[in-house]
Amino acid sequence: MRLLLARVLGIIALIALAACAAFAPPQPWEKGDLAKREMQFDPDPLDAKSTTHIYTSKEGAGGGYGVGGGGCGCN
Amino acid sequence: MKTLRSSLFALVCAAFVSANAAALDVGEPAPSFALPTTAGDTVRLEQLRGKAVYVDFWASWCGPCRRSFPWMNEMQRRYGSQGLAIVAVNVDKKRDDAARFLGEVPAEFTVVYDPPGATPAAYAVKAMPSSFLIDARGTVVAIERGFREESGAALEQRIRALVSPR
Repeated sequence: MRLLLARVLGIIALIALAACAAFAPPQPWEKGDLAKREMQFDPDPLDAKSTTHIYTSKEGAGGGYGVGGGGCGCN
Repeated sequence: MKTLRSSLFALVCAAFVSANAAALDVGEPAPSFALPTTAGDTVRLEQLRGKAVYVDFWASWCGPCRRSFPWMNEMQRRYGSQGLAIVAVNVDKKRDDAARFLGEVPAEFTVVYDPPGATPAAYAVKAMPSSFLIDARGTVVAIERGFREESGAALEQRIRALVSPR
């Protein structure tokens, strides 16, 4: 009885999970909300740049913030 | 029992795969549309048979779209009288956003609105902006994804070939 219940629950969970496949990612023309400034990781690019600059100079470490230089190893 | 189980497994696997939109390629007929203009008139693609049609999908939130408008204005000025029709399909959810954009970047060509996005779906738009150059018979002859000033000249060549075929 318990085994049967577990199986039924398992099948229900599987069906519920499969339903998630119906969720489509936003299409290119639907990205209006994602393009908003408050949806960015850094809403203020200038502030982010100065924060990064201070951080790298204080910590003596660079990189880790997206695309850096040309791969020459210099900052 | 074993076949039943494997077919059940296949069914479950199939359930996890979502349907993908078919792509639109060069050489295929352009999907038709009937969309309203700012004034409320309806623009149908079929009405424009016999003309070279440049269908552009744009939105107010799309940066490159902003840069593409002066170029499209220029194309309209140069080839509008020679049989080029530029139809810019706006995909903003709110009409006000589009109106604000057009206030900043005026359009000298036809602008139509498709907030539900049925037309970009039919054209399988992969990037914003996307443009489709359609010949007089309604066949897609060129697809441009994104807008770069440096690719404008090549695109103009294609337009020129359509409006004055020699």
